[in-house]
Amino acid sequence: MSSTLETCEQKVHHHLSIIQKRKNLNAFLHTFEEEALQQARSIDKKIQEGKAGSLSGMVIAIKDVIAMKGKLLTCGSKILQNFESLYDATVIEKLRNADAIFIGKTNMDEFAMGSSNENSAYGSVKNPIDEARVPGGSSGGSAVAVAADMAATSLGTDTGGSIRQPAGLCGVAGLKPTYGRVSRYGLVAYASSFDQIGPFAKNCKDIARVLQVIAGHDEKDSTSAKIPVPNYLSAMNRNVKGLKIGLPKEYFNDALNSEVKNAIEKSIETLKQNGAEIIWVSLPHSDYTIATYYILATAEASSNLARYDGARYGYRSPNVKTLSEMYTKSRSERFGAEVKRRIMLGTYVLSSGYYDAYYKKAQKVRRLIQKDFFDAFEKVDCILTPSSPTTAFKLGEKVEDPMQMYLSDIYTVSANLAGIPGLVIPVGKDSNNLPIGLQLLGKQFDEATLLRIGDFLESV
Amino acid sequence: MSVTLKDVEHIAKLSRLEFSENEKEKLVHNMNDILKHIEKLNELDTTNVEPLSHVIELQNVMREDETKQSLPVEEALKNAPSKEESFFKVPKVIG
Repeated sequence: MSSTLETCEQKVHHHLSIIQKRKNLNAFLHTFEEEALQQARSIDKKIQEGKAGSLSGMVIAIKDVIAMKGKLLTCGSKILQNFESLYDATVIEKLRNADAIFIGKTNMDEFAMGSSNENSAYGSVKNPIDEARVPGGSSGGSAVAVAADMAATSLGTDTGGSIRQPAGLCGVAGLKPTYGRVSRYGLVAYASSFDQIGPFAKNCKDIARVLQVIAGHDEKDSTSAKIPVPNYLSAMNRNVKGLKIGLPKEYFNDALNSEVKNAIEKSIETLKQNGAEIIWVSLPHSDYTIATYYILATAEASSNLARYDGARYGYRSPNVKTLSEMYTKSRSERFGAEVKRRIMLGTYVLSSGYYDAYYKKAQKVRRLIQKDFFDAFEKVDCILTPSSPTTAFKLGEKVEDPMQMYLSDIYTVSANLAGIPGLVIPVGKDSNNLPIGLQLLGKQFDEATLLRIGDFLESV
Repeated sequence: MSVTLKDVEHIAKLSRLEFSENEKEKLVHNMNDILKHIEKLNELDTTNVEPLSHVIELQNVMREDETKQSLPVEEALKNAPSKEESFFKVPKVIG
Protein backbone atom coordinates (compact mmCIF):
# COMPACT_ATOMS: atom_id res chain seq x y z
CA MET A 1 0.00 0.00 0.00
CA SER A 2 1.24 3.47 -0.78
CA SER A 3 2.91 5.50 1.92
CA THR A 4 1.11 8.64 0.79
CA LEU A 5 -1.86 7.48 2.82
CA GLU A 6 -1.11 9.01 6.14
CA THR A 7 -4.25 8.94 8.19
CA CYS A 8 -6.47 5.98 9.02
CA GLU A 9 -9.33 7.83 7.43
CA GLN A 10 -7.40 8.05 4.15
CA LYS A 11 -6.55 4.37 4.37
CA VAL A 12 -10.20 3.44 4.82
CA HIS A 13 -11.21 5.63 1.85
CA HIS A 14 -8.50 4.00 -0.22
CA HIS A 15 -9.67 0.45 0.55
CA LEU A 16 -13.37 1.35 0.16
CA SER A 17 -12.70 2.78 -3.29
CA ILE A 18 -11.03 -0.47 -4.39
CA ILE A 19 -13.89 -2.53 -2.95
CA GLN A 20 -16.21 -0.40 -5.05
CA LYS A 21 -14.06 -0.55 -8.18
CA ARG A 22 -13.62 -4.33 -8.04
CA LYS A 23 -17.12 -5.23 -6.92
CA ASN A 24 -17.25 -7.90 -9.60
CA LEU A 25 -14.73 -10.01 -7.63
CA ASN A 26 -17.57 -10.54 -5.13
CA ALA A 27 -15.13 -10.65 -2.22
CA PHE A 28 -17.38 -8.93 0.32
CA LEU A 29 -20.83 -9.88 1.61
CA HIS A 30 -21.23 -6.80 3.80
CA THR A 31 -19.17 -3.61 4.13
CA PHE A 32 -19.16 -1.14 7.01
CA GLU A 33 -18.42 2.17 5.23
CA GLU A 34 -19.71 4.68 7.77
CA GLU A 35 -18.64 2.74 10.80
CA ALA A 36 -15.14 2.11 9.45
CA LEU A 37 -14.67 5.80 8.70
CA GLN A 38 -15.92 6.72 12.14
CA GLN A 39 -13.60 4.19 13.73
CA ALA A 40 -10.73 5.57 11.61
CA ARG A 41 -11.33 9.13 12.74
CA SER A 42 -11.39 8.14 16.39
CA ILE A 43 -8.17 6.11 15.99
CA ASP A 44 -6.49 8.99 14.13
CA LYS A 45 -7.18 11.05 17.22
CA LYS A 46 -5.78 8.35 19.47
CA ILE A 47 -2.62 8.16 17.34
CA GLN A 48 -2.12 11.90 17.67
CA GLU A 49 -2.49 11.57 21.41
CA GLY A 50 -0.09 8.62 21.43
CA LYS A 51 -2.77 6.33 22.83
CA ALA A 52 -3.46 3.97 19.91
CA GLY A 53 -3.39 0.18 20.36
CA SER A 54 -0.84 -2.17 18.81
CA LEU A 55 -2.64 -2.43 15.47
CA SER A 56 -3.34 1.33 15.40
CA GLY A 57 -5.66 1.61 12.45
CA MET A 58 -4.84 -1.58 10.57
CA VAL A 59 -7.76 -2.12 8.19
CA ILE A 60 -9.03 -5.69 8.46
CA ALA A 61 -11.73 -7.74 6.73
CA ILE A 62 -13.47 -10.59 8.54
CA LYS A 63 -14.65 -13.88 7.04
CA ASP A 64 -18.42 -14.04 7.43
CA VAL A 65 -18.25 -17.06 9.71
CA ILE A 66 -16.99 -15.05 12.70
CA ALA A 67 -19.50 -13.25 14.93
CA MET A 68 -19.54 -9.45 15.16
CA LYS A 69 -22.18 -8.03 17.45
CA GLY A 70 -25.12 -6.44 15.63
CA LYS A 71 -23.83 -7.55 12.23
CA LEU A 72 -25.19 -10.13 9.84
CA LEU A 73 -23.51 -13.51 10.05
CA THR A 74 -24.45 -15.56 6.99
CA CYS A 75 -21.65 -18.16 6.74
CA GLY A 76 -22.19 -17.89 2.98
CA SER A 77 -25.50 -19.71 3.46
CA LYS A 78 -29.13 -18.90 2.70
CA ILE A 79 -30.17 -20.63 5.89
CA LEU A 80 -28.61 -17.75 7.89
CA GLN A 81 -29.48 -15.00 5.40
CA ASN A 82 -30.93 -12.64 8.03
CA PHE A 83 -29.09 -13.87 11.10
CA GLU A 84 -27.69 -11.13 13.29
CA SER A 85 -24.90 -11.87 15.80
CA LEU A 86 -25.76 -11.21 19.41
CA TYR A 87 -22.15 -10.95 20.56
CA ASP A 88 -18.56 -10.44 19.40
CA ALA A 89 -16.24 -13.38 18.86
CA THR A 90 -13.19 -13.23 21.15
CA VAL A 91 -10.90 -12.45 18.18
CA ILE A 92 -13.10 -9.47 17.27
CA GLU A 93 -13.05 -8.14 20.81
CA LYS A 94 -9.25 -8.43 20.89
CA LEU A 95 -8.80 -6.76 17.49
CA ARG A 96 -11.15 -3.96 18.48
CA ASN A 97 -9.19 -3.36 21.68
CA ALA A 98 -5.97 -3.21 19.63
CA ASP A 99 -7.54 -0.50 17.40
CA ALA A 100 -7.95 -2.48 14.20
CA ILE A 101 -10.57 -1.09 11.81
CA PHE A 102 -13.25 -3.46 10.53
CA ILE A 103 -14.07 -2.76 6.90
CA GLY A 104 -16.51 -5.57 6.18
CA LYS A 105 -17.25 -9.27 6.07
CA THR A 106 -15.98 -11.49 3.31
CA ASN A 107 -17.56 -14.05 1.04
CA MET A 108 -16.81 -17.74 1.58
CA ASP A 109 -17.84 -21.26 0.67
CA GLU A 110 -21.06 -22.11 2.50
CA PHE A 111 -20.20 -23.04 6.10
CA ALA A 112 -16.51 -23.07 5.08
CA MET A 113 -17.02 -26.20 2.97
CA GLY A 114 -15.14 -25.89 -0.29
CA SER A 115 -11.81 -25.29 -1.98
CA SER A 116 -12.82 -22.82 -4.70
CA ASN A 117 -15.40 -20.45 -3.22
CA GLU A 118 -17.92 -21.68 -5.76
CA ASN A 119 -20.09 -23.04 -2.94
CA SER A 120 -21.15 -19.64 -1.62
CA ALA A 121 -24.92 -19.09 -1.75
CA TYR A 122 -24.07 -15.50 -2.69
CA GLY A 123 -22.08 -16.28 -5.82
CA SER A 124 -18.49 -17.29 -6.59
CA VAL A 125 -15.53 -15.13 -5.70
CA LYS A 126 -13.09 -14.44 -8.55
CA ASN A 127 -9.32 -14.50 -8.45
CA PRO A 128 -8.09 -10.89 -8.79
CA ILE A 129 -5.12 -11.93 -10.94
CA ASP A 130 -7.22 -13.80 -13.49
CA GLU A 131 -10.97 -13.40 -13.10
CA ALA A 132 -11.72 -16.60 -14.99
CA ARG A 133 -10.07 -18.51 -12.17
CA VAL A 134 -10.97 -19.41 -8.59
CA PRO A 135 -9.38 -17.69 -5.59
CA GLY A 136 -9.38 -20.98 -3.67
CA GLY A 137 -11.51 -21.64 -0.65
CA SER A 138 -13.11 -21.64 1.69
CA SER A 139 -11.71 -18.25 2.85
CA GLY A 140 -11.56 -16.99 -0.77
CA GLY A 141 -13.11 -13.60 0.00
CA SER A 142 -10.57 -12.92 2.75
CA ALA A 143 -7.65 -13.91 0.48
CA VAL A 144 -8.93 -11.70 -2.35
CA ALA A 145 -9.55 -8.77 0.03
CA VAL A 146 -5.83 -8.69 0.83
CA ALA A 147 -4.58 -9.63 -2.66
CA ALA A 148 -6.61 -6.84 -4.29
CA ASP A 149 -5.80 -4.31 -1.51
CA MET A 150 -9.40 -4.04 -0.32
CA ALA A 151 -8.00 -4.37 3.21
CA ALA A 152 -4.52 -4.50 4.72
CA THR A 153 -5.19 -7.81 6.45
CA SER A 154 -8.07 -10.21 6.98
CA LEU A 155 -9.18 -13.12 9.10
CA GLY A 156 -10.07 -16.47 7.64
CA THR A 157 -10.61 -19.93 9.04
CA ASP A 158 -8.80 -23.11 8.18
CA THR A 159 -10.34 -26.57 8.66
CA GLY A 160 -8.50 -28.46 5.89
CA GLY A 161 -6.54 -25.71 4.17
CA SER A 162 -9.11 -22.92 3.90
CA ILE A 163 -6.60 -20.17 4.73
CA ARG A 164 -3.45 -21.62 3.20
CA GLN A 165 -4.81 -22.88 -0.14
CA PRO A 166 -6.46 -19.53 -1.10
CA ALA A 167 -3.40 -17.61 0.19
CA GLY A 168 -1.28 -19.65 -2.22
CA LEU A 169 -3.68 -19.24 -5.15
CA CYS A 170 -4.01 -15.47 -4.62
CA GLY A 171 -0.38 -14.70 -3.82
CA VAL A 172 -0.65 -13.48 -0.23
CA ALA A 173 0.59 -14.76 3.13
CA GLY A 174 -1.78 -16.82 5.28
CA LEU A 175 -1.35 -18.61 8.59
CA LYS A 176 -3.26 -21.45 10.18
CA PRO A 177 -2.17 -21.35 13.82
CA THR A 178 -1.78 -24.46 15.97
CA TYR A 179 -5.12 -25.92 17.07
CA GLY A 180 -5.88 -24.20 20.38
CA ARG A 181 -3.62 -21.18 19.76
CA VAL A 182 -6.56 -18.87 18.92
CA SER A 183 -9.95 -18.87 20.63
CA ARG A 184 -12.83 -20.24 18.55
CA TYR A 185 -15.47 -18.49 20.67
CA GLY A 186 -17.82 -16.82 18.21
CA LEU A 187 -16.64 -18.87 15.24
CA VAL A 188 -19.50 -20.82 13.65
CA ALA A 189 -18.47 -24.48 13.85
CA TYR A 190 -17.88 -26.69 10.84
CA ALA A 191 -15.56 -29.43 12.17
CA SER A 192 -14.67 -28.51 15.73
CA SER A 193 -11.54 -30.63 16.15
CA PHE A 194 -10.03 -29.03 13.02
CA ASP A 195 -11.31 -25.43 12.82
CA GLN A 196 -8.86 -22.63 13.54
CA ILE A 197 -8.98 -18.86 12.92
CA GLY A 198 -5.95 -17.20 11.34
CA PRO A 199 -4.77 -14.09 9.46
CA PHE A 200 -4.06 -13.21 5.82
CA ALA A 201 -1.66 -10.33 5.06
CA LYS A 202 0.70 -9.03 2.41
CA ASN A 203 3.71 -10.02 4.51
CA CYS A 204 4.72 -12.10 7.51
CA LYS A 205 5.26 -9.04 9.72
CA ASP A 206 1.56 -8.17 9.53
CA ILE A 207 0.65 -11.83 10.06
CA ALA A 208 2.76 -11.69 13.24
CA ARG A 209 1.16 -8.45 14.40
CA VAL A 210 -2.36 -9.86 14.04
CA LEU A 211 -1.45 -13.22 15.56
CA GLN A 212 0.11 -11.43 18.53
CA VAL A 213 -3.26 -9.86 19.26
CA ILE A 214 -5.60 -12.81 18.65
CA ALA A 215 -3.50 -15.63 20.18
CA GLY A 216 -3.86 -16.89 23.72
CA HIS A 217 -6.08 -18.72 26.13
CA ASP A 218 -9.74 -17.74 26.40
CA GLU A 219 -11.95 -18.95 29.21
CA LYS A 220 -14.86 -19.01 26.76
CA ASP A 221 -13.17 -21.71 24.64
CA SER A 222 -12.13 -24.75 26.66
CA THR A 223 -10.03 -26.04 23.73
CA SER A 224 -7.88 -22.90 23.66
CA ALA A 225 -4.49 -23.73 25.13
CA LYS A 226 -2.99 -22.27 28.30
CA ILE A 227 0.40 -21.85 26.69
CA PRO A 228 2.29 -18.53 26.79
CA VAL A 229 2.30 -16.46 23.60
CA PRO A 230 5.85 -15.48 22.53
CA ASN A 231 6.77 -12.20 20.87
CA TYR A 232 6.43 -13.08 17.19
CA LEU A 233 7.96 -9.93 15.73
CA SER A 234 11.13 -10.17 17.78
CA ALA A 235 11.59 -13.78 16.60
CA MET A 236 11.96 -12.50 13.03
CA ASN A 237 15.71 -12.02 12.93
CA ARG A 238 16.26 -12.39 9.17
CA ASN A 239 18.53 -15.32 9.83
CA VAL A 240 17.99 -18.99 8.98
CA LYS A 241 21.48 -20.21 9.75
CA GLY A 242 21.54 -23.62 11.40
CA LEU A 243 17.77 -24.19 11.03
CA LYS A 244 16.90 -27.72 10.00
CA ILE A 245 14.23 -27.75 7.33
CA GLY A 246 12.61 -31.02 6.28
CA LEU A 247 11.32 -31.88 2.82
CA PRO A 248 8.74 -34.68 2.89
CA LYS A 249 9.54 -36.95 -0.04
CA GLU A 250 5.86 -37.91 -0.38
CA TYR A 251 4.94 -34.28 -1.23
CA PHE A 252 7.39 -33.94 -4.09
CA ASN A 253 5.90 -36.57 -6.39
CA ASP A 254 4.45 -36.69 -9.91
CA ALA A 255 1.18 -34.99 -8.93
CA LEU A 256 3.15 -31.80 -8.42
CA ASN A 257 3.08 -29.34 -11.32
CA SER A 258 6.61 -28.71 -12.63
CA GLU A 259 6.43 -24.92 -12.53
CA VAL A 260 5.30 -25.08 -8.90
CA LYS A 261 8.11 -27.51 -8.19
CA ASN A 262 10.72 -25.21 -9.76
CA ALA A 263 9.62 -22.21 -7.72
CA ILE A 264 9.71 -24.22 -4.49
CA GLU A 265 13.15 -25.60 -5.33
CA LYS A 266 14.44 -22.09 -5.89
CA SER A 267 13.35 -21.11 -2.37
CA ILE A 268 14.95 -24.25 -0.97
CA GLU A 269 18.21 -23.28 -2.68
CA THR A 270 18.03 -19.78 -1.14
CA LEU A 271 17.55 -21.24 2.33
CA LYS A 272 20.45 -23.62 1.78
CA GLN A 273 22.76 -20.85 0.61
CA ASN A 274 21.96 -18.89 3.73
CA GLY A 275 22.95 -21.64 6.10
CA ALA A 276 19.78 -23.66 6.61
CA GLU A 277 20.23 -27.40 6.61
CA ILE A 278 17.88 -29.19 4.20
CA ILE A 279 16.97 -32.74 5.16
CA TRP A 280 14.69 -35.21 3.40
CA VAL A 281 12.06 -36.64 5.75
CA SER A 282 9.22 -39.10 5.34
CA LEU A 283 5.55 -38.74 6.26
CA PRO A 284 4.57 -42.32 5.40
CA HIS A 285 0.80 -41.89 5.86
CA SER A 286 0.47 -38.92 3.48
CA ASP A 287 -1.62 -40.96 1.05
CA TYR A 288 -4.31 -41.38 3.69
CA THR A 289 -4.85 -37.76 4.72
CA ILE A 290 -7.72 -36.85 2.38
CA ALA A 291 -9.69 -40.00 3.23
CA THR A 292 -9.16 -39.50 6.96
CA TYR A 293 -10.10 -35.85 6.75
CA TYR A 294 -13.33 -36.42 4.81
CA ILE A 295 -14.55 -39.02 7.27
CA LEU A 296 -13.82 -37.04 10.42
CA ALA A 297 -14.66 -33.55 9.16
CA THR A 298 -17.98 -34.60 7.63
CA ALA A 299 -18.89 -36.58 10.76
CA GLU A 300 -18.30 -33.50 12.89
CA ALA A 301 -20.13 -31.32 10.37
CA SER A 302 -23.22 -33.53 10.35
CA SER A 303 -23.43 -33.10 14.10
CA ASN A 304 -22.59 -29.37 14.18
CA LEU A 305 -25.08 -28.51 11.44
CA ALA A 306 -27.94 -30.34 13.14
CA ARG A 307 -28.62 -27.04 14.94
CA TYR A 308 -30.05 -25.49 11.76
CA ASP A 309 -33.54 -26.80 12.21
CA GLY A 310 -35.69 -23.69 11.76
CA ALA A 311 -36.70 -23.61 15.44
CA ARG A 312 -34.66 -20.89 17.15
CA TYR A 313 -32.93 -18.91 14.40
CA GLY A 314 -32.26 -18.95 10.71
CA TYR A 315 -34.67 -19.82 7.93
CA ARG A 316 -37.95 -21.61 8.59
CA SER A 317 -39.89 -23.00 5.67
CA PRO A 318 -43.39 -21.44 5.52
CA ASN A 319 -46.51 -23.62 5.46
CA VAL A 320 -45.17 -26.56 7.41
CA LYS A 321 -47.65 -28.50 9.50
CA THR A 322 -45.52 -30.71 11.71
CA LEU A 323 -42.28 -30.29 13.62
CA SER A 324 -40.50 -32.91 11.58
CA GLU A 325 -41.63 -31.23 8.37
CA MET A 326 -40.28 -27.95 9.72
CA TYR A 327 -36.84 -29.50 10.24
CA THR A 328 -36.65 -31.30 6.91
CA LYS A 329 -38.06 -28.56 4.70
CA SER A 330 -36.15 -25.69 6.33
CA ARG A 331 -32.86 -27.55 5.89
CA SER A 332 -33.56 -28.90 2.42
CA GLU A 333 -34.76 -25.59 1.01
CA ARG A 334 -31.75 -23.57 2.18
CA PHE A 335 -28.61 -25.71 2.47
CA GLY A 336 -26.54 -25.87 -0.71
CA ALA A 337 -25.50 -29.04 -2.54
CA GLU A 338 -22.00 -29.40 -1.01
CA VAL A 339 -23.25 -28.84 2.54
CA LYS A 340 -25.94 -31.47 2.00
CA ARG A 341 -23.40 -33.88 0.52
CA ARG A 342 -21.12 -33.51 3.56
CA ILE A 343 -23.99 -33.87 6.04
CA MET A 344 -25.03 -37.05 4.21
CA LEU A 345 -21.52 -38.49 4.21
CA GLY A 346 -20.99 -37.57 7.85
CA THR A 347 -24.31 -39.08 8.89
CA TYR A 348 -23.45 -42.24 6.98
CA VAL A 349 -20.01 -42.75 8.58
CA LEU A 350 -21.53 -42.24 12.03
CA SER A 351 -24.58 -44.42 11.43
CA SER A 352 -25.19 -47.70 13.14
CA GLY A 353 -23.04 -50.47 11.71
CA TYR A 354 -20.51 -48.15 10.05
CA TYR A 355 -19.13 -46.22 13.02
CA ASP A 356 -16.23 -48.58 13.70
CA ALA A 357 -15.39 -49.20 10.05
CA TYR A 358 -15.22 -45.52 9.14
CA TYR A 359 -15.20 -43.07 12.04
CA LYS A 360 -13.14 -45.02 14.54
CA LYS A 361 -10.81 -46.26 11.84
CA ALA A 362 -10.20 -42.67 10.71
CA GLN A 363 -9.51 -41.55 14.27
CA LYS A 364 -6.84 -44.23 14.48
CA VAL A 365 -5.26 -43.21 11.19
CA ARG A 366 -5.33 -39.60 12.41
CA ARG A 367 -3.07 -40.75 15.26
CA LEU A 368 -0.66 -42.31 12.74
CA ILE A 369 -0.61 -39.14 10.64
CA GLN A 370 0.12 -37.03 13.71
CA LYS A 371 2.87 -39.44 14.75
CA ASP A 372 4.50 -39.06 11.31
CA PHE A 373 4.88 -35.34 12.02
CA PHE A 374 6.04 -35.77 15.61
CA ASP A 375 8.69 -38.24 14.40
CA ALA A 376 9.82 -35.88 11.66
CA PHE A 377 10.07 -32.99 14.14
CA GLU A 378 12.58 -35.04 16.12
CA LYS A 379 14.94 -34.42 13.21
CA VAL A 380 13.91 -31.03 11.83
CA ASP A 381 12.65 -27.65 13.05
CA CYS A 382 10.03 -27.33 10.36
CA ILE A 383 8.78 -28.91 7.15
CA LEU A 384 8.63 -27.21 3.76
CA THR A 385 6.12 -28.15 1.02
CA PRO A 386 4.17 -26.53 -1.82
CA SER A 387 0.77 -25.16 -0.69
CA SER A 388 -1.13 -26.78 -3.59
CA PRO A 389 -0.20 -29.15 -6.41
CA THR A 390 -1.20 -26.55 -9.04
CA THR A 391 -1.80 -22.82 -9.35
CA ALA A 392 -5.36 -21.38 -9.46
CA PHE A 393 -7.72 -23.50 -11.54
CA LYS A 394 -10.59 -22.25 -13.72
CA LEU A 395 -14.04 -21.46 -12.35
CA GLY A 396 -16.31 -24.41 -13.04
CA GLU A 397 -13.44 -26.82 -13.68
CA LYS A 398 -13.99 -29.06 -10.65
CA VAL A 399 -17.56 -28.25 -9.61
CA GLU A 400 -19.03 -31.49 -10.96
CA ASP A 401 -16.38 -33.73 -9.41
CA PRO A 402 -16.27 -33.39 -5.60
CA MET A 403 -13.43 -35.92 -5.29
CA GLN A 404 -11.16 -33.89 -7.61
CA MET A 405 -12.04 -30.75 -5.65
CA TYR A 406 -11.14 -32.48 -2.37
CA LEU A 407 -7.75 -33.51 -3.77
CA SER A 408 -6.77 -29.86 -4.28
CA ASP A 409 -6.23 -29.75 -0.48
CA ILE A 410 -3.79 -32.63 -0.57
CA TYR A 411 -0.87 -30.67 0.93
CA THR A 412 -2.85 -28.72 3.50
CA VAL A 413 -5.19 -31.13 5.33
CA SER A 414 -2.37 -32.90 7.15
CA ALA A 415 -1.72 -29.85 9.39
CA ASN A 416 -5.32 -29.87 10.59
CA LEU A 417 -5.25 -33.62 11.19
CA ALA A 418 -2.06 -33.24 13.27
CA GLY A 419 -3.07 -29.95 14.93
CA ILE A 420 0.14 -28.22 13.85
CA PRO A 421 0.59 -24.69 12.45
CA GLY A 422 1.03 -23.96 8.75
CA LEU A 423 2.16 -20.77 7.01
CA VAL A 424 1.85 -20.10 3.29
CA ILE A 425 3.80 -17.35 1.52
CA PRO A 426 3.98 -16.45 -2.18
CA VAL A 427 7.27 -17.45 -3.83
CA GLY A 428 6.82 -16.70 -7.49
CA LYS A 429 4.54 -16.97 -10.49
CA ASP A 430 3.96 -19.52 -13.22
CA SER A 431 4.01 -18.80 -16.96
CA ASN A 432 0.37 -17.60 -16.75
CA ASN A 433 1.40 -15.06 -14.12
CA LEU A 434 -0.46 -17.05 -11.44
CA PRO A 435 0.97 -17.05 -7.91
CA ILE A 436 2.78 -20.06 -6.44
CA GLY A 437 2.60 -20.70 -2.70
CA LEU A 438 5.14 -22.28 -0.37
CA GLN A 439 3.99 -23.91 2.84
CA LEU A 440 5.92 -24.21 6.10
CA LEU A 441 4.61 -26.65 8.71
CA GLY A 442 5.84 -26.39 12.27
CA LYS A 443 5.81 -27.98 15.68
CA GLN A 444 2.71 -27.40 17.77
CA PHE A 445 2.73 -23.82 19.14
CA ASP A 446 5.87 -22.92 17.19
CA GLU A 447 4.39 -20.36 14.81
CA ALA A 448 7.45 -18.18 15.57
CA THR A 449 9.87 -20.35 13.57
CA LEU A 450 7.53 -20.41 10.57
CA LEU A 451 7.16 -16.63 10.62
CA ARG A 452 10.93 -16.23 10.99
CA ILE A 453 11.58 -18.32 7.85
CA GLY A 454 8.68 -16.73 5.96
CA ASP A 455 9.91 -13.24 6.74
CA PHE A 456 13.42 -14.24 5.68
CA LEU A 457 12.23 -15.58 2.32
CA GLU A 458 10.25 -12.38 1.73
CA SER A 459 13.35 -10.30 2.40
CA VAL A 460 15.63 -11.95 -0.18
CA MET B 1 -18.57 -50.72 0.82
CA SER B 2 -20.90 -48.73 -1.38
CA VAL B 3 -24.30 -47.09 -1.00
CA THR B 4 -27.51 -47.81 -2.90
CA LEU B 5 -30.50 -45.58 -3.60
CA LYS B 6 -32.21 -47.15 -0.61
CA ASP B 7 -29.24 -46.29 1.64
CA VAL B 8 -29.28 -42.71 0.44
CA GLU B 9 -32.99 -42.46 1.29
CA HIS B 10 -32.33 -43.85 4.76
CA ILE B 11 -29.39 -41.49 5.43
CA ALA B 12 -31.43 -38.55 4.12
CA LYS B 13 -34.11 -39.37 6.67
CA LEU B 14 -31.53 -39.49 9.48
CA SER B 15 -30.08 -36.18 8.25
CA ARG B 16 -33.49 -34.48 8.07
CA LEU B 17 -32.96 -33.75 4.39
CA GLU B 18 -35.05 -34.51 1.34
CA PHE B 19 -33.97 -34.83 -2.27
CA SER B 20 -35.50 -35.11 -5.73
CA GLU B 21 -35.04 -38.42 -7.58
CA ASN B 22 -32.42 -36.78 -9.74
CA GLU B 23 -30.48 -35.50 -6.73
CA LYS B 24 -30.63 -38.91 -5.08
CA GLU B 25 -29.05 -40.58 -8.06
CA LYS B 26 -26.31 -38.00 -8.17
CA LEU B 27 -25.69 -38.53 -4.45
CA VAL B 28 -25.36 -42.30 -4.91
CA HIS B 29 -22.74 -41.60 -7.56
CA ASN B 30 -20.85 -38.88 -5.59
CA MET B 31 -20.89 -40.76 -2.30
CA ASN B 32 -19.62 -43.95 -3.89
CA ASP B 33 -16.80 -42.01 -5.51
CA ILE B 34 -15.76 -40.66 -2.14
CA LEU B 35 -16.29 -43.99 -0.34
CA LYS B 36 -14.11 -45.69 -2.93
CA HIS B 37 -11.29 -43.33 -2.05
CA ILE B 38 -11.94 -43.82 1.66
CA GLU B 39 -11.56 -47.62 1.27
CA LYS B 40 -7.84 -46.87 1.11
CA LEU B 41 -7.72 -46.77 4.89
CA ASN B 42 -8.30 -50.52 4.97
CA GLU B 43 -4.77 -51.02 3.67
CA LEU B 44 -3.56 -50.01 7.14
CA ASP B 45 -3.42 -52.30 10.15
CA THR B 46 -4.59 -50.15 13.06
CA THR B 47 -5.27 -52.93 15.58
CA ASN B 48 -3.17 -51.48 18.37
CA VAL B 49 -3.57 -47.81 17.56
CA GLU B 50 -5.39 -45.58 20.02
CA PRO B 51 -8.04 -43.37 18.30
CA LEU B 52 -7.15 -39.67 18.31
CA SER B 53 -9.94 -37.29 19.23
CA HIS B 54 -8.01 -34.26 20.56
CA VAL B 55 -4.90 -33.10 18.74
CA ILE B 56 -3.46 -31.18 21.70
CA GLU B 57 -3.33 -32.27 25.31
CA LEU B 58 -6.48 -31.01 26.93
CA GLN B 59 -7.38 -30.78 30.56
CA ASN B 60 -10.81 -30.60 32.05
CA VAL B 61 -11.68 -26.98 32.67
CA MET B 62 -13.34 -26.17 35.98
CA ARG B 63 -14.57 -22.87 37.39
CA GLU B 64 -16.31 -21.63 40.49
CA ASP B 65 -20.08 -21.98 40.37
CA GLU B 66 -20.75 -18.26 40.22
CA THR B 67 -23.80 -16.62 38.73
CA LYS B 68 -22.91 -14.60 35.67
CA GLN B 69 -25.09 -12.50 33.47
CA SER B 70 -26.48 -14.36 30.47
CA LEU B 71 -28.26 -13.19 27.36
CA PRO B 72 -31.55 -11.37 28.13
CA VAL B 73 -34.61 -13.22 26.83
CA GLU B 74 -35.55 -10.52 24.29
CA GLU B 75 -32.05 -10.69 22.85
CA ALA B 76 -32.08 -14.47 22.69
CA LEU B 77 -35.36 -14.35 20.78
CA LYS B 78 -34.12 -11.74 18.33
CA ASN B 79 -33.41 -14.20 15.51
CA ALA B 80 -36.41 -16.46 16.17
CA PRO B 81 -38.52 -17.23 13.08
CA SER B 82 -41.57 -17.33 15.35
CA LYS B 83 -42.03 -16.47 19.03
CA GLU B 84 -44.68 -15.91 21.65
CA GLU B 85 -44.12 -14.20 25.00
CA SER B 86 -40.73 -15.50 26.13
CA PHE B 87 -40.79 -18.67 24.03
CA PHE B 88 -39.73 -19.96 20.63
CA LYS B 89 -42.86 -21.02 18.79
CA VAL B 90 -42.90 -24.20 16.68
CA PRO B 91 -45.65 -26.30 15.06
CA LYS B 92 -47.70 -28.46 17.38
CA VAL B 93 -45.75 -31.54 18.52
CA ILE B 94 -48.42 -33.60 20.30
CA GLY B 95 -51.66 -34.21 18.44
